[in-house]
Amino acid sequence: MTDMSIAPILMQGNEAVAEGAIAAGARFFAGYPITPSTEIAETLARRMPEVGGSFIQMEDEIASISAVCGASLAGLKALTATSGPGFSLMQEMIGFAEMAQIPCVIVDVMRGGPSTGLPTEPSQGDVMQARWGTHGEHSVIALVPSSVEECFTLTIEAFNLSEQYRTPVIVLSDALIGHMREAVTLPEPGSLRIAERGTPDCAPEEYDTVMSDLDNILPRPPLGSPFRVHVTGLVYNRRSGAPETGDPQVAGDLGRYLREKIYHHRDSIARVEEYEMKDAEVAIFAYGSVARSAKAVVKWARARGVPVGLVRPITLWPFPTLAVDRMAEQVRTVIVPEMNLKQMSWEVQAAVSGRTKVVDFGRVDGKLITPAQIEELVKAEFYYHDWGKS
Amino acid sequence: MSALVDEQLLESPPEGDYKLPRITPHKTSEIVPWLRTPKTIWCPGCSNGTITRALIDAILGLKLDPEKVVIVAGIGCSGRIAQYLEYSTVHAAHGRALAVATGVKVADPSLNVIVAMGDGDCSAIGGNHFIHAARRNIDLTALIFNNSIYGMTGGQMSPTTHTGDKSTTSLRGNVEAAFDLSELAHAAGATYVARATAWGYRQLVDVIAGGIAHKGFAAVEAMAACPVYYGRFNLTADPAEFLKGQKKHAVPASKFEEGESRLRDQYPVGLLHHSERAEFVTSLARVRAEAQEARNG
Amino acid sequence: MAETNGGASRLEIRFSGSGGQGILLAAAIVAEAATALGKNVVQTQSYGPAARGGASKAEAIIADEEIDYPEVDTPDVSLCLSQEAYEKYARDTRSGGLLVYDSGLVEPDDSLQGRDLRGIPFTRAAAEHLKKTVVANIVAVGALVEITGMVPAEAAEAAVVSRVPERFRELNVEAFRLGRRLAAEA
Repeated sequence: MTDMSIAPILMQGNEAVAEGAIAAGARFFAGYPITPSTEIAETLARRMPEVGGSFIQMEDEIASISAVCGASLAGLKALTATSGPGFSLMQEMIGFAEMAQIPCVIVDVMRGGPSTGLPTEPSQGDVMQARWGTHGEHSVIALVPSSVEECFTLTIEAFNLSEQYRTPVIVLSDALIGHMREAVTLPEPGSLRIAERGTPDCAPEEYDTVMSDLDNILPRPPLGSPFRVHVTGLVYNRRSGAPETGDPQVAGDLGRYLREKIYHHRDSIARVEEYEMKDAEVAIFAYGSVARSAKAVVKWARARGVPVGLVRPITLWPFPTLAVDRMAEQVRTVIVPEMNLKQMSWEVQAAVSGRTKVVDFGRVDGKLITPAQIEELVKAEFYYHDWGKS
Repeated sequence: MSALVDEQLLESPPEGDYKLPRITPHKTSEIVPWLRTPKTIWCPGCSNGTITRALIDAILGLKLDPEKVVIVAGIGCSGRIAQYLEYSTVHAAHGRALAVATGVKVADPSLNVIVAMGDGDCSAIGGNHFIHAARRNIDLTALIFNNSIYGMTGGQMSPTTHTGDKSTTSLRGNVEAAFDLSELAHAAGATYVARATAWGYRQLVDVIAGGIAHKGFAAVEAMAACPVYYGRFNLTADPAEFLKGQKKHAVPASKFEEGESRLRDQYPVGLLHHSERAEFVTSLARVRAEAQEARNG
Repeated sequence: MAETNGGASRLEIRFSGSGGQGILLAAAIVAEAATALGKNVVQTQSYGPAARGGASKAEAIIADEEIDYPEVDTPDVSLCLSQEAYEKYARDTRSGGLLVYDSGLVEPDDSLQGRDLRGIPFTRAAAEHLKKTVVANIVAVGALVEITGMVPAEAAEAAVVSRVPERFRELNVEAFRLGRRLAAEA
């Protein structure tokens, strides 16, 4: 589908990511084919030239993310797309983008791993790689779509956040969502909020990469401008950008700034869908494709008068602490089904800090967790309910 | 007959019809404004300062708009050039300079993008990016500081350390063979390949300028002296002696016999290869125009 | 629809065959037709590493209500275009559901009692009438639409037109109509 339309259209998750990127104003894609992300590259190979942008296929994923960093530094909104093994190869340069504060978007369409694993089957095994994959202390923003429509809207959101916070943003799709086609009604182009890069409104000599005011993050001036920026992966002087590795004060300030510029804003960045949570005694904490099964279970339980709700993080990182706190104060049990073994469940456990019981359920066989599997966990929490034959 | 590689890659360079720019070296007072700092981390006797000056000389000689000059460098001694130059500069990750520069150039083709790399950047960790940038024939100038050793980390062997050479990781002499970076670039499809030494300063300026002026992928191999590590372990720790050695080893390309072996102590310098073929960024612009026409028409 | 789905508004269809038979295209056509009607639609697929051969399947869910769980575990309607796919997937068909198979390629056994079985020689018919076995998948889509009424025939034909390359459009529309005729006559 090449035309935005308010009529419903049948669109694939990967296509929706590609169209979302175009709608967000991305005009550069560099990538290397890998299942199950390849349709993003294929769609953008066709679409980027049509809208005056560039698609390039690089020699590997390291080159892809490197080229994305270069294109962003030259002033374009840029993205790459990959899957687990390629995401691992990109981690070094994601660290560079964190340190050098380069806005860009990395889409990881998760598949079963480690290694080549289950290349055509979905997984949620990269949620911690997204958080801690690159080296060193860093902050990260990661968004998790659970529908084709969200593949579109969250890719736009990812670009907006990356521009706003001058940071790489990760979209964690998976093989199921990526390959799934869904009837979607895309928002009209005019109705979308698009964050533009802009240029700093100060003289070049006054440019400061580390504003003490965390609400005023200056955009990066492009290479080839009067700012004559120096961009480096070394610890740098906030004004000149020059390496400054000998002063612990400078290093410490920059390190804290890189974390705080995200964490200070985590409550406004974090987006969570709370469904039927009003009087819920048990919550299901589920994200991405698994959240769809969880939602079906909430409907199933509610139809039987059983108070179960869903907390679906749309922003996985920064971790939605506020919503989890609310949940921890309210429910007696949190069920965490995920297509990995306990990765987010540990995080939930740390966040609820003993205030409520956490029940985890993991699946790593490449198959989506079914509603029936979650229903069994719900039934155990309401053992006193007359479940009848259902 | 069909070739396994595209015929444009097999095309032999036209002989003698490419005139290198002749740059008159600039006064130090003209060079200094293009340095951000008078201080470098480079050792006394290191060639990196000479090559840096040659690069500024070439940029000035070609009268490039300084605001349109972008330097992308890798990691290592040579990588530090980015922070010293008063242009838009990127000090990228080890080996990734060419890949970053590819994104820069595609995103803004109006920029003159010069990529400074060490021999490790170019042919070890970044070897894949080097051969593919050459194959694409993207309009970048790769300026390779080849000192045959890893200096920043204290003298370990690199892919251009010669057989038998000593380093802190080849104590009994290197058992591997060295890459000839210029021939590697040529084989991979670079359309401009030149080599010069730190000793042959004017030639170095000219071949850098020729690389920048060339439309396509230009590989310029600057033979750099590292008296502190490579020299001390292998040739001489005396910088002057090291440069005299370069003078002896460097043979003008025109006098270098065809088929003659290129050795540590005898290698051709000057313009080694030159040809013209479709340039990557220009080709992308054509694809863009065609796609837009098909969509709108 | 009510006939095959006991009155619920969620209809689950599984298309199966071997890689290269155009199983995914068949599913996408039905899904696109339902999308045009304003239905909620999800279409998924699973495939192995081979582009040709092996058993492959694609599924579509058409519903009035929101589709949460997107997978098809017990389809209301199954289409089997190869013996391997039949053996791997046919048994999942819901009791009381419909199984349509290519009677020239699939030898059904007696393990599928309780389902409505309809054999039609799609591939042979495509060869005889259109001289192209490659459109057997579209013949099957025509038959499925005719038998189930899961989407109106006009909407399905429009989806055939939009999903196939222009130079094969006429052939595919003919294949679709052939399928409808075969089902009506069967």
